[in-house]
Amino acid sequence: MTALYQSFYDALIPDGRYMSYIDGLKITITISFFAIILGSILGSIVAIMKVTAINYKIKFLEFLCNLYINVIRGTPLMVQLLIIYNLIFTSRNTNEILVGAVCFGINSGAYVAEIIRAGIESIDKGQMEAGRSLGLNYLQTMRLIVFPQALRNILPPLGNEFIVLIKETSVAGIIAVTDLTKAAQYIASRTWEPLPPLIIAALCYLIIVLGLTKVLNMFERRLAKGDRN
Amino acid sequence: MIETRNLNKSFGDNLVLNNINETIKKGEKIVIIGPSGSGKSTFLRCLNLLEKPSSGDVLFDGINITDKNANVDKLRQKMGMVFQQFNLFPHMTVEENIMLAPVKLGIMSKDMAKNKATELLIRIGLQEKAQAYPNQLSGGQKQRIAIIRALAMSPEVMLFDEPTSALDPEMVGEVLDLMAQLADEGMTMVVVTHEMNFAKKVGTRVLFIDEGIIVEQNSPEGIFENPKNQRLKDFLSKVL
Repeated sequence: MTALYQSFYDALIPDGRYMSYIDGLKITITISFFAIILGSILGSIVAIMKVTAINYKIKFLEFLCNLYINVIRGTPLMVQLLIIYNLIFTSRNTNEILVGAVCFGINSGAYVAEIIRAGIESIDKGQMEAGRSLGLNYLQTMRLIVFPQALRNILPPLGNEFIVLIKETSVAGIIAVTDLTKAAQYIASRTWEPLPPLIIAALCYLIIVLGLTKVLNMFERRLAKGDRN
Repeated sequence: MIETRNLNKSFGDNLVLNNINETIKKGEKIVIIGPSGSGKSTFLRCLNLLEKPSSGDVLFDGINITDKNANVDKLRQKMGMVFQQFNLFPHMTVEENIMLAPVKLGIMSKDMAKNKATELLIRIGLQEKAQAYPNQLSGGQKQRIAIIRALAMSPEVMLFDEPTSALDPEMVGEVLDLMAQLADEGMTMVVVTHEMNFAKKVGTRVLFIDEGIIVEQNSPEGIFENPKNQRLKDFLSKVL
């Protein structure tokens, strides 16, 4: 028991090691936060473009959207990360955190796009027709009538995507970002005991994800109004 | 007020509307009857371009709305439409449903739209439902609110696409009463319906559509008491 206590103590306290976790955590959260925002914006735009392209039979636009979605979803995230890091950001003083956030954002955007598209398509066509028949234009109807309803169907899978994204940022270490996972690995290499730091890192991820889940549940409840019978 | 010229609509190889030329004048109450799949709903939906005609023109107040440069959104503001499935917006209260289009299109201020909504709700006796959500209402209430939602835009013509077909029988009356009231006030109406008594009482002209063609049209008396076309006779013998 004392040995267990000692190993966790070693993984946390000496040389201010807890600060490494906190710094790693900050980077993980930064990358996740900006990736979620970028992914959401990118995903929304691509989803609306794709739905519009399908509705108005704009083949070229639909092709472009599908190209992005298929390429991103069809290749491993880690490979994308390495390609973007080595190919595009080759300069000396690269900001790895920015590269990470952009890469994870672009990756997430493809999944978000499909989630939002499915959500929009789940809304009865009559809603669009009712909006248009009142004289609202396509985008107004989308924004005021279809999208708010779609949001209720979008939110659960979207939350799921955010959770996956946060955890996937743990591979950011391969582009020389000292995120939470990498920080844990560094400490393990110092203490010669890999398990305690990794368990601490795992707990940190768990706490973030549980917190996010709570926030998302709150949103879902708020959106459920109008369902009351 | 509304005129169609050589209106054709086909879905794939299926010709739904076959060269329809028809003029609807101000103040007319047109009732369209016909068997299912005959194209009567498609005809109605072509009038405000919810369905895009395959060829031919639709003119509204002399403006060709099938023209590429026509501002369809603007013209639709003057054509109210009521659907079989009500299509109220479930995420908004009744009042918000009514206020949405006038406010967002800049036709009324929020206060004006609110007053208008209250006035319309009082008219149909549902003022206490202003803050209710559509799911809390009966079918008849939903459809009457859908009607006044369209009225809030002060349309010049109202299109009804089988407005009572999705209702429980005991609620059909309240919706038809409201429609009859509108007709009395001089609203131009085009109604696709299976309610033959409504056609007789309210209609000024009845169109019988079958296989995409207006086979026969006449006053209600002419259609129901003295039908000439054999298919119309067969149809009436089944529904009356």
